Amino acid sequence: MEKIVITVVGKDSVGIIAKVCTYMANNRVNILDISQTIVQEYFNMMMIADMSKSEKPFDTIADELAQTGEEIGVIVKCQREEIFEAMHRL
Amino acid sequence: MINIHEVEETNKMIEKENLDVRTITLGISLFDCIDSDLDSLKQKIYDKITSTAKDLVSTGREIEKKYAIPIVNKRISVTPISLIGSAACRESGDFVEIAKTLDEAAKAVGVNFLGGYSALVSKGMTKSDELLIRSIPKALSCTDRICSSVNLGSTRTGINMDAVRLMGEMIKKTAELTADRDSLGCAKLVVFCNAPDDNPFMAGAFHGVTESDSIINVGVSGPGVVKTALESVRGADFETLCETIKKTAFKVTRVGQLVAREASTMLGVPFGIIDLSLAPTPAVGDSVADILKEIGLEHPGAPGTTAALALLNDQVKKGGVMASSYVGGLSGAFIPVSEDQGMIEAVNAGALTIEKLEAMTCVCSVGLDMIAVPGDTKASTISGIIADEMALGMVNNKTTAVRLIPAAGKKVGDKVEFGGLLGEAPVMAVNTFGCDDLIARKGRIPAPIHSFKN
Repeated sequence: MEKIVITVVGKDSVGIIAKVCTYMANNRVNILDISQTIVQEYFNMMMIADMSKSEKPFDTIADELAQTGEEIGVIVKCQREEIFEAMHRL
Repeated sequence: MINIHEVEETNKMIEKENLDVRTITLGISLFDCIDSDLDSLKQKIYDKITSTAKDLVSTGREIEKKYAIPIVNKRISVTPISLIGSAACRESGDFVEIAKTLDEAAKAVGVNFLGGYSALVSKGMTKSDELLIRSIPKALSCTDRICSSVNLGSTRTGINMDAVRLMGEMIKKTAELTADRDSLGCAKLVVFCNAPDDNPFMAGAFHGVTESDSIINVGVSGPGVVKTALESVRGADFETLCETIKKTAFKVTRVGQLVAREASTMLGVPFGIIDLSLAPTPAVGDSVADILKEIGLEHPGAPGTTAALALLNDQVKKGGVMASSYVGGLSGAFIPVSEDQGMIEAVNAGALTIEKLEAMTCVCSVGLDMIAVPGDTKASTISGIIADEMALGMVNNKTTAVRLIPAAGKKVGDKVEFGGLLGEAPVMAVNTFGCDDLIARKGRIPAPIHSFKN
């Protein structure tokens, strides 16, 4: 598995999850876990996904997700999962 | 699986608390470049550096993107040039030619500094060592990215006082030759006692003679992260304070370890060490001084500073060593003046003096770092300050260093401005009583006894 962590932060509005998930479905990125909170009207979502079946390289997916975010006015950040494993797991 | 709070914590450290990997430093051995002909030596050095390091900067960028963590500097360290140039260089000017070649190579591969314009003279100087040392002022004034270091003493050999005297003069000369740039040359020149072979940080990085052909060493950072963590335990007891620093240092170091491993794999170069140092920058919120304040000082320099720094330094190591199997370099807290906004404020407030900084260097890594002193400070006085700092390192079996900037034409109250990571420094007062007769003595201070520890 090639796990990536996607975070979405921005003002809450209709269809944020739909938009991001559509992109992921179209690019064969499989969502493994999803959680979200809304703090003071700010939408905060984190997804863990597996991109091993995707034909696009990590770079492209990260750029295109960021662009998708821009279109709907939220910040989408894509990182490899290892940095979180390294920091928070023994 | 990783949860949303852990993701938020990591990203907050990166985005708001200046967590970064301070440097990926590629150490390159130049032993196989040695040649008695200067031109072919230069060509071999240029070719070796530009081929070994050709992917260094792009690899760094790729890793930055993968984990969304800034890697501030990509740098190179090379075998001390006094060794590499000894067969080819007949005069100081020949060494300057090598410096120019190194500068061109550094620019060609896009690194911001290249260290190793160095000599290791802790016991004695060869002819070549002396030629290199005498070439330092010229070399640093006509290059942009070269860093120079000289090891003047060690616990095993004592202190080479002839070299200490010579370096006092060379530091002054470097300041004068770069007077038009606030004596910038001196910011790229450091002297050591017990210099480590695997230090990734400038200006003191060089690729030690005990190292393999090439190696990746990584310096982590994160004073802002430690500071923020300590804000949440304000007023708590020492046990809580220490636990918090340790946990934070562990997390920061794990990121460094990940980046080092990744860079090592991508470049096909073995992983050397992680340097655990808390390295500040002039940016607000990236200050070791602010951590000391958070521990409970009004300003660094106040009574209690040495104790607070000793605690901080020790906890950073205790947390960091568990996060990486190979820890090395300088590993501790850096206390440069010009590169730390909180230190600058402490000097301006009158809280911090060179003498207190000297005491602080007994309990943390490095030494008197990036301190501007008046331009009319005598060479013998600079040598005296160096000798004191070398003695601390020699007796206490630790690395100490001196990076002083006798700012040409400036006096106490003025300031020097370098910009970028090197920051700006207020010119600090120096004790002006003489030590000429001490420095004029020839020879070396013998190695200290290793028994009867009192």
